[in-house]
Amino acid sequence: MKFTKIALLLSSTALLPNLASAGTLEQVLEKGIVSCGVSTGIPGFSSADSKGVWEGLDVDFCRSVAAAVLGSADKVKYIPLTAKERFTALQSGEVDLLSRTTTWTATRDTSLGLNFAGVNYYDGQGFLVNKKLGITSAKELNGATFCIQAGTTTELNLTDYFKSTGMEYKAVTYDTSGQTIDGFKKGRCDAVTSDASQLYGLRLKMDDPNSVMVLPEIISKEPLGPAVRQGDDAWFNIVRWTLFASLEAEELGVTSSNVDAMLKSKNPSVMRLLGTTGTAGENLGLKANWAYTIVKEVGNYAESFDKHVGKDSPLGISRGFNKLWNQGGLMYPMPIR
Amino acid sequence: MKDSQRAPSSHVLLNSSEKRSVIYQLCALILVFLCAYYFTTNMFENIAKRGITTGFSFLNETAGFGISQSLIAYSDSSSNYLDVFVVGLLNTLMVSVIGIIIASILGLLLGIGRLSSNFLISKMSLVYIETFRNIPILLQILFWYNVVLAALPSPRNSLDYLGSVFLNNRGLQLPEPIFESGSLAILIAFLLACVAVIFLSKWAVKRHNLSGEEFPLVKVSLAILILSPLLVYFLSGQPISAEYPILKGFNFQGGLNVLPEFMALVFALSIYAATYIAEAVRAGIQSIAKGQTEAAESLGLKKSIVLRKVILPQALRVIIPPVINQYLNLLKNSSLATAIGYPEIVTLFSGTTLNQVGQAVEIILMTMAVYLTFSILISLLLNWVNAKMEIKGR
Amino acid sequence: MAVYTLKEAQPAPSSNRGLFFWLRENLFSDITNSFFTLLGCYIIYLIVPPLIDWMIIDATWTGTKEEIVKSGARWIFIIEKFDQFMYGFYPEALHWRPNLVLLLCAAFIVAMKYVQHMKIKIAMILLLPVISFILISGGWFGLETVETEQWGGLMLTMIVAAVGIIASFPLGIVLALGRQSHMPIVKSLSVGFIEFVRGVPLITILFMASVVLPLFFQDGIDFDKLLRALIGITLFQSAYIAEVVRGGLQAIPKGQYEAADSLGLGYWQGMILVILPQALKISIPNIVGSFIALFKDTTLVLIIGLFDVLAMVTLTTSDTNWLGFEVEGYVFVTMIYWCICFSMSQYSKSVERKFNTEH
Repeated sequence: MKFTKIALLLSSTALLPNLASAGTLEQVLEKGIVSCGVSTGIPGFSSADSKGVWEGLDVDFCRSVAAAVLGSADKVKYIPLTAKERFTALQSGEVDLLSRTTTWTATRDTSLGLNFAGVNYYDGQGFLVNKKLGITSAKELNGATFCIQAGTTTELNLTDYFKSTGMEYKAVTYDTSGQTIDGFKKGRCDAVTSDASQLYGLRLKMDDPNSVMVLPEIISKEPLGPAVRQGDDAWFNIVRWTLFASLEAEELGVTSSNVDAMLKSKNPSVMRLLGTTGTAGENLGLKANWAYTIVKEVGNYAESFDKHVGKDSPLGISRGFNKLWNQGGLMYPMPIR
Repeated sequence: MKDSQRAPSSHVLLNSSEKRSVIYQLCALILVFLCAYYFTTNMFENIAKRGITTGFSFLNETAGFGISQSLIAYSDSSSNYLDVFVVGLLNTLMVSVIGIIIASILGLLLGIGRLSSNFLISKMSLVYIETFRNIPILLQILFWYNVVLAALPSPRNSLDYLGSVFLNNRGLQLPEPIFESGSLAILIAFLLACVAVIFLSKWAVKRHNLSGEEFPLVKVSLAILILSPLLVYFLSGQPISAEYPILKGFNFQGGLNVLPEFMALVFALSIYAATYIAEAVRAGIQSIAKGQTEAAESLGLKKSIVLRKVILPQALRVIIPPVINQYLNLLKNSSLATAIGYPEIVTLFSGTTLNQVGQAVEIILMTMAVYLTFSILISLLLNWVNAKMEIKGR
Repeated sequence: MAVYTLKEAQPAPSSNRGLFFWLRENLFSDITNSFFTLLGCYIIYLIVPPLIDWMIIDATWTGTKEEIVKSGARWIFIIEKFDQFMYGFYPEALHWRPNLVLLLCAAFIVAMKYVQHMKIKIAMILLLPVISFILISGGWFGLETVETEQWGGLMLTMIVAAVGIIASFPLGIVLALGRQSHMPIVKSLSVGFIEFVRGVPLITILFMASVVLPLFFQDGIDFDKLLRALIGITLFQSAYIAEVVRGGLQAIPKGQYEAADSLGLGYWQGMILVILPQALKISIPNIVGSFIALFKDTTLVLIIGLFDVLAMVTLTTSDTNWLGFEVEGYVFVTMIYWCICFSMSQYSKSVERKFNTEH
C-alpha cells in the first residue's frame, strides 16, 4: 500500500505519467516522440558528447524511425541502457525501439519477448591486444587473460572458441564497456574481446591508439540489429522498412543532398521509394513521403555508416560485409513495391 | 493506544475501539492484497503477452561462460546456472568472512587506540575513523581498484618477495600448499589438539571456580594447537609441499592467485567496517562506569587483570550487538563488487546470468533471498548472543 | 598569636606545566608509549608530506593540458570539467536553474529560523519541493523542459538524496507507528516490510526497481529511469527511518501516552500533538545519521546507469582528450563527499550534546 502511495505521489508530480493501451505507433504519434534505447556509450554506434548530444550509427537509426513516423529526425528521446536493462526496458514499454548493438540470437528472439527487425551492422568478435606482446594471431593467446563485458554473446563465444581450439584462458568480466577498456588499459588483462566494430572504438580510448592492434581473426557471427516488442506487427513493419528504406536509398543512389532533385526522377524504384507513386507509406500507416524524410533528414545507410564508423569517422572501419549485396556485401534491402 | 482500557461507551461501529481496530486492519490488509494482486496480475499478463519465458528451469541450462574465481569445480563449458549461483554464493561468503576477520582486528586496534592515553595515537585513530567513515564505500572500492591497483606493475615486472610471492596487476601470487598422502594425519592431530584445548579450558574454569587459582590457559592452548600438528608433520615425513607460482607465457601459472578485485574489495570493506567497529569498541569500553575500574584497582588487581576480568566482560555486552550488525552490513556491502567485476552473487547472478537469461523477476528474487537468509541467520545469532549475555539476576 | 593570611595561589611547579610536561605526560610517559609515539610520527611522515606535495606544492592549477610539467595533481582537469561534475549533461545555458534552487534552499533554512508563524512554515515546507522540481525539470511557465536523462553530477546526487529523505520520512513514520501498533495485522505488515528491506542490500532493491518494477504496471504506465531509482531508494530509506523513529517512540515515557489519553485526545491527535514531536526531536541525531548513510548510498545509482557525481569520474576521464586523470577525479569527488558527510555528522553530534545537557 505504501508502494502505490509513493508511486502515485511521485507520478502525480507529472514526471512521466501516461496511460494508453493502443499500439506503439499510436502511442508514438500521441507522444510526438520516439523513445529509443541506446547504449551508455559505444563510440560510432551511440555515444553522447560532452553537451549530451547523441550520435552514431544506432542513433541514426533511431532518428530515421522518428523521421519516418513523426516527420522530424529530432523527435527522439534517447534512453541510455546498460546491457542488463535493455531487454526489460523494451519488454516493459519504456522504450519503443531498442537500437543498441544487440546481437540477433535464437534465444533472444524467442524467449525474451522481442523481435529483431533486421540487421544494421554485420559484425564479428575479435581481439584487441597490446603490440608489446608481439602476437600476430589469436592462436597464440593460450593462457591469456581477457577482459569481457558481462552478459554478452561475446562471453559465450570466447568459451566456445577456446574449447574448440583446445587452449586455456582466464576471463575478467565487467559490467560496462567503459570498465572493460579501463581494465585493459591498466593491464588487468592481456586482451579485450568484443565485437570487432567496438574494438576499433575502444582502441581510440587508449592513451596511444597505435600501441594496440586488432588481431585478424574473427571468431563469431554478430549480426547487430534493432529490436522491437513482440506482438505489435504494425510497429515491427515500420522499423523493419525504415532499415530497408535507408539501404534502398543507398542502392538507388539517393542521398540527403540529391533527394530533392530525385523527387523528379523517372526511375520507378526511386519514385516508389520517395512516395511519388505507390502506397508503401500508406500501407505502413505513415505519410507517403516517409522515406523521403528519412533520407532528407538522416541520409541513406552509406552516409550514416561513413559519417559515424566508416571512412569519415575516427574509427575508419571498412564496409566489409556491410556493403550492399551488389557490391559483394550482405546488405540486401527487400524491394519496395 | 490505551483505547482498550476505555469502557465502550457506545455500540456504534466506529466508536468502539476494538471494532475500529478490526476495520482498520481489514482495510490495510485489503489494500495490501489489492496492490499485490494488481502487481502480480500485471506482471503475469505482461510476461504472457510478450512471450517471456518464466520459471526456474533455466537453472539447469549450461551457463557457458568463464568465471575468474571459483571455490568449487566449475567448468565453463558444462556447468549450469545453478553452479553459477553456488559459485557466486561461496565467493560472497569468502570475501565477507575474510573482510570480517580483518575488520574486527583493525576495528579493535583502532577502538583501543582511540582511548589510548597517548595523545598522538588517539588523534591518529580519530583521523582514520573520521576519514574513512565519511567516504562512500563504493567510492572506496573504486578508488582501491582503479587507482591503487592500477599502479601495480605487469606480471613480467612483478614485485617479488623471496622468489615465491609475487604482486602485480593480475593480483597476488602465493605458493599453494600441496597435501600429499600423509597430510591427513596432520589434520587429525590438529582436530585432536582442538578437542584437548576445549577440555583443558573446561577444566581450568572448574579449577578456577573451586580454588581461585589461575591457569595460563591461552599460552598452553596455543602451544598445544601449534606444536602437536607440527610434531606430526615432521614425524610423518613432511607430507605438505608447496607449488610455487612461475611466470609462464602471459601470466603466472600454478600457485594460489588472489584476484586484484578480491583484494580491492576486502581492503575497502574491512577499512570501512573497521571504523564502525572501532566506534562500537570505544563506546562499549566507555560505557563501563569509572567506579568499576576504581573498585577493581582498590582490590589490588593489576591493570591487565582489571581490563581482562572486569572491564571487557562487561563491555563486550555493549560491543557485540552493534559489531554483529556491522558484520551484516559488510556482507551486504560486498554486493558492490559488481562495480569492479569480482565474481560474487550479484555480479554473477544478477549481472551475467540476468543478461544471458533475461528472466529478471526470478533472478532478482533469488538474489534477495540469499541476503535475506543471511540476515535472518545473523539476527538469530544476535538474539542468541543477547540472551546468553544478559545480566543474570542473582 | 599567630596570624594566618591567605597565601596567593602559586603556579604549579615548573616540572608540571609547559610544553615538556605535556609532551612527557601525553606522548612519552613510558617506553611503550614512546615507541607508539615514534611509530605514529613515522606514519605521519610517510603519509602527510607526499600528500601535501602532491595536492598543493607540486600541483598544476592553471594552463592547458599540454603545459603540465609538475609531477603533482593536475587540478586543471577538475577546473576544465567542473561543470560536468556539478550538473552532468544539464544544458549550460540553464545552469542558473539548479543554482537558484540551491539559493532557495539556503534562504529556506534561514527563513525557518526566523519565521514564527506555523502556517507559513508549513506552506514553505510544502512549496519548496514543488518550486524546486518545476525549476529543475521545467515544462511550466515557459521554462524549457530538461529531460531527466540530462540530469547528472552533484546536482543529481543532491536530488536523489533530498527526494530520498523527504519522501521516506512520512512513510517511515507510518511504518514506525505501525510497528508499535497493537493491531496484529498492521504490526506484522510493518515488521515484514521493514525487516525485508533491511535484510537485502540496496543494490538488489535498485535492480528490482530498474529491471522488475516496469513489469508490475500495465502497458503505457512507464516510469522514468530516475523515478524508478527514486522509488527504490525511498522504500529502502523508509525502513531505516522507521527504525530510527521507533527508537524515539520507545524512549518516550509511558506517562506521556497516558497524559495524552487522559486529555481525551484520540490516537492520531495524541500522536501528532504529543508523542511524535518529542520522539522526533530526540531522534534528530539518528535521523541525521541515517541521512548521511543515505547520502553515501546515493553513489549506488551509478550501477544502474545514472550519472551521479561519482559516475562523472569515469565519464569525464573517458574523454579522449583527458585520459588518465582518474586520480584527480576520485580525489575531488572524495573531498566533496567527505566535506558534506563530515559536516553533517558534526552537526548531529552537536545536537546530541545539546540534548545531553538538558537531561
